[in-house]
Amino acid sequence: MPVPEIDYGTPAVSSDRTVTLTVDGEKIAVPEGTSIMRAAMQRGVVIPRLCATDSLAAFGSCRLCLVEIGGRAGTLASCTTPVAEGMVVHTETERLRRLRRGVMELYASDHPREWLSDPKLAGNELFQMAAAVGLREIRYPEDVTTHLAKPKDESNPYFTFDPARCIVCSRCVRACAEIQGTYALTVAGRGFASRIVASEDDGFLASECVSCGACVQACPTSALVEKSVIEQGMPEHSVVTTCAYCGVGCSFKAEIKGEQVVRMVPWKEGQANHGHSCVKGRFAWGYALHPDRILEPMVRARITDPWCKVSWEEAIAHAAAELKRIQAAYGRSAVGGITSSRCTNEETFLVQKLVRAAFGNNNVDTCARVCHSPTGYGLKTTFGTSAGTQDFDSVDHADVIIVMGANPTDGHPVFASRMKRRLQDGAKLIVIDPRCIDLVRTPHVEAAFHLPLRPGTNVAMLNALAHVVVTEGLEDEAFIEERCDPEAYAEWRAFVAGPHNSPEVVEPFTTVPAALVRQAARLYATGGNGAIYYGLGVTEHSQGSTAVMALANLAMATGNIGRPGVGVNPLRGQNNVQGSCDMGSFPHELSGYRHISETATRRIFEERWGVTLDPEPGLRIPNMFDAALEGSFKGLYIQGEDIVQSDPDTRHVTAGLSAMECVIVQDLFLNETAQFAHVFLPGSSFLEKDGTFTNAERRIQLVRRVVAPRARYADWEATVLLSNALGYPMHYGHASEIMAEIAATTPTFAGVSFAKLERLGSVQWPCNDAAPAGTPVMHIGKFVRGQGQFVVTEYLPTEEKVGPHFPLLLTTGRILSQYNVGTQTRRTPNSLWHEEDRLEIHPHDAEERGIRDGEWVRLESRAGATALRALITERVAPGVVYTTFHHPDTQTNVVTTEYSDWATNCPEYKVTAVQVSPANGPSEWQQSYRALGECARRIAEPAPAK
Amino acid sequence: MSPEKLTRMANEIARFFASKPEEKAIAGTADHLRRFWDPRMRRQILAHLEAGGAGLEPIARAALLRLRETDSVAAC
Repeated sequence: MPVPEIDYGTPAVSSDRTVTLTVDGEKIAVPEGTSIMRAAMQRGVVIPRLCATDSLAAFGSCRLCLVEIGGRAGTLASCTTPVAEGMVVHTETERLRRLRRGVMELYASDHPREWLSDPKLAGNELFQMAAAVGLREIRYPEDVTTHLAKPKDESNPYFTFDPARCIVCSRCVRACAEIQGTYALTVAGRGFASRIVASEDDGFLASECVSCGACVQACPTSALVEKSVIEQGMPEHSVVTTCAYCGVGCSFKAEIKGEQVVRMVPWKEGQANHGHSCVKGRFAWGYALHPDRILEPMVRARITDPWCKVSWEEAIAHAAAELKRIQAAYGRSAVGGITSSRCTNEETFLVQKLVRAAFGNNNVDTCARVCHSPTGYGLKTTFGTSAGTQDFDSVDHADVIIVMGANPTDGHPVFASRMKRRLQDGAKLIVIDPRCIDLVRTPHVEAAFHLPLRPGTNVAMLNALAHVVVTEGLEDEAFIEERCDPEAYAEWRAFVAGPHNSPEVVEPFTTVPAALVRQAARLYATGGNGAIYYGLGVTEHSQGSTAVMALANLAMATGNIGRPGVGVNPLRGQNNVQGSCDMGSFPHELSGYRHISETATRRIFEERWGVTLDPEPGLRIPNMFDAALEGSFKGLYIQGEDIVQSDPDTRHVTAGLSAMECVIVQDLFLNETAQFAHVFLPGSSFLEKDGTFTNAERRIQLVRRVVAPRARYADWEATVLLSNALGYPMHYGHASEIMAEIAATTPTFAGVSFAKLERLGSVQWPCNDAAPAGTPVMHIGKFVRGQGQFVVTEYLPTEEKVGPHFPLLLTTGRILSQYNVGTQTRRTPNSLWHEEDRLEIHPHDAEERGIRDGEWVRLESRAGATALRALITERVAPGVVYTTFHHPDTQTNVVTTEYSDWATNCPEYKVTAVQVSPANGPSEWQQSYRALGECARRIAEPAPAK
Repeated sequence: MSPEKLTRMANEIARFFASKPEEKAIAGTADHLRRFWDPRMRRQILAHLEAGGAGLEPIARAALLRLRETDSVAAC
């Protein structure tokens, strides 16, 4: 059976006052302002409706929800009529039945007649309402003018629009506006000629539609319907699970027919997404069924050999033997592991346990190394814990929002929609970004200030903002006095008030007019609740950790911490970046961010695991490659990461991997890293396993197994097999048992269990005796570290500088339709929107170089060169170029350098000095790399049976 | 790992702590190296220090001298 969802017809209303009314003889008490429709539904009285749904404001167009009210003449729409004290409502009378049947008959007369008996449409509301009002026949002739001959719009790869089934109720138009905030849909024409169109009647694919699916979900008639439903029919049952794309962590109902997933529908009760979705989570899950999936383990002696398919037992035995051999030959510290932010908490916990307990060292790291490790360092130093301070709902209470180094409409689209709603309701926006991201100016949203700083000057900009705050007396002195370390504050205040931090002094290198900076600082400091949201444009710099601390300084100085509507919030890139960090994936930290040198912490694990732990930090990912090249690191187990494509300075990465003697890759596909592997273990998709993900707001949510693992084992089970083969037995029958171990060893997770998550839907850590239901907002009343710690954040320019050979600055990012290195999304129709990486270049820079839009250009840095097509746009400033890293054919990271954050070694992806010049096609590197890929992915045919 | 790379990394850490009074800057840099660098990296930079420590800036150099005295793992 599908997981049930109740549609109350109109949104919930909150009010201190309660109104009592009578509906069909039953007394009901509801908050003032509630609609009659919703009040009735709360008593289980379903009033027929078509244009109403509780995710949208009432509209009152379908005239099906009419009711009679005692003492009032006529019939009223129950969706738009609010309750009143003492009101007496009748929802079923002969007059109402006649009216509703007449309305439905009119709708049906302009509909394909077969719809009444089409089993594929049994779930749609028009079908259900026809039954509800007792419509059995249509008296009107079929040979009159109708909309039935209108052609379908099948341009979108995921859904179809059939105007013949449309009743122009505007639910799709309103969903696009109210939920998604894109305003791509409208009603064109008047009267009988009214019809739904996308943009300027461009068709869905070519329009501004972002394929979030909100319109499809809202459509009551299946005029908008998933192609998978048309092909496979209506699903029969469903399982609620968590999306495996970005750090928003949307809840979905995986709807299934037999053993086939038919569609993913956002779960209304989802506490992160509240029923909304984006094109990736909603539609781009087909990679899990893609023929490229590798479903059998494989091994090979050398990376130049073809792969040989083997049994799981053979692969695991071979991997374990190789790791043991390497440790015997080169020492205990010659091997390590990399956990994945795409895998579950339980899986990452097990990989770090494998490394620490079975390998006997701390050479474990996670892909957060290359994205949000500075967040961990910066927020732990200033606030005391390595995580964002708020829940997503907090944005509803924000008055001024700073978005810095993030592009939420592309990277975190569901949260971006939420933010846009708040901005439309009056909050002010400050965007600090070198690019003119969509939020700067998008329908019904316009930033109060866009500070288009030059890449690499984040810390100077943040210091300048703080300078204005303290020199103009805009601090929240009461907050600082009560909550923060006075000595550290005095030191910081003296520093930041220095003239070298003034907007006027930093303007020459940030390139942002000082007046703008001053106005933005005043707005943030005095505009009410100030909330900061930031992304990798803050962290992926040589001063990434410094910038995070500068953001924290700014929030503390203005008292914007410790209540709803404020805070410092990292927008995490991958689905479980927060969780992979929480789980002790860093080489210096055990779960819960406790340093490996702490004897008491080690003892907790030593007693439970029955081993002695190494108290020394292990190698971080970039250090692993260096150690491999010098000969002290020879074996690596990589679960669910594609470091060859995602990590900087590709040639250095591949050289490091090539120097290793045993690389074990566990993944869904033969990814780029697998070209350098000796053992391949098939991975399991999020649909194939149980576990938990933790999103950017510290929300722990269940991932539920929807179908059986296609390659026999969930990823955590493969880790158990490897550990057992290494002689360190692990005994887990279910992922919930791993979570029980996490809770038993990690104070911030002490109250977490699968049973509680089933009961509450989710919890946000810390979840323990002090906060049994979790902690939506942190640092209320007191910082986790006690007093807030201001930190002096001197601006130090990166050593990566432009010059005559490399005069432009390259910064990288991602796009809505693709995800990270594209391993998943490139194997879906999402590539229709973004089939290749393009280099954004300003018209002036393009003209200087004789580059025309769409032509091949060579992109070269001191690290390497690649080639891609140019996209000429004013989104980037002169002197700055931008591209994505979704496609291995481009290998953007062959250009990025080894420079990294001083504290964490997070790579400086966002600042690379480059030159751009016209090219005839792919570079030499790309051609040789493509040839290498073809060779390295060969799979030997099994010998014919004798 | 090359001495040049380790030297650059150590200098970058030292530059962050350089805004503090000298003693705190040296202690902060040494502590950071101790808490975040794998022992083989610490051994290599200390070996570089022993060899003259070319390129090391004053706070980084002082921090490594402190590390050499207190870090038994790296010093061995």
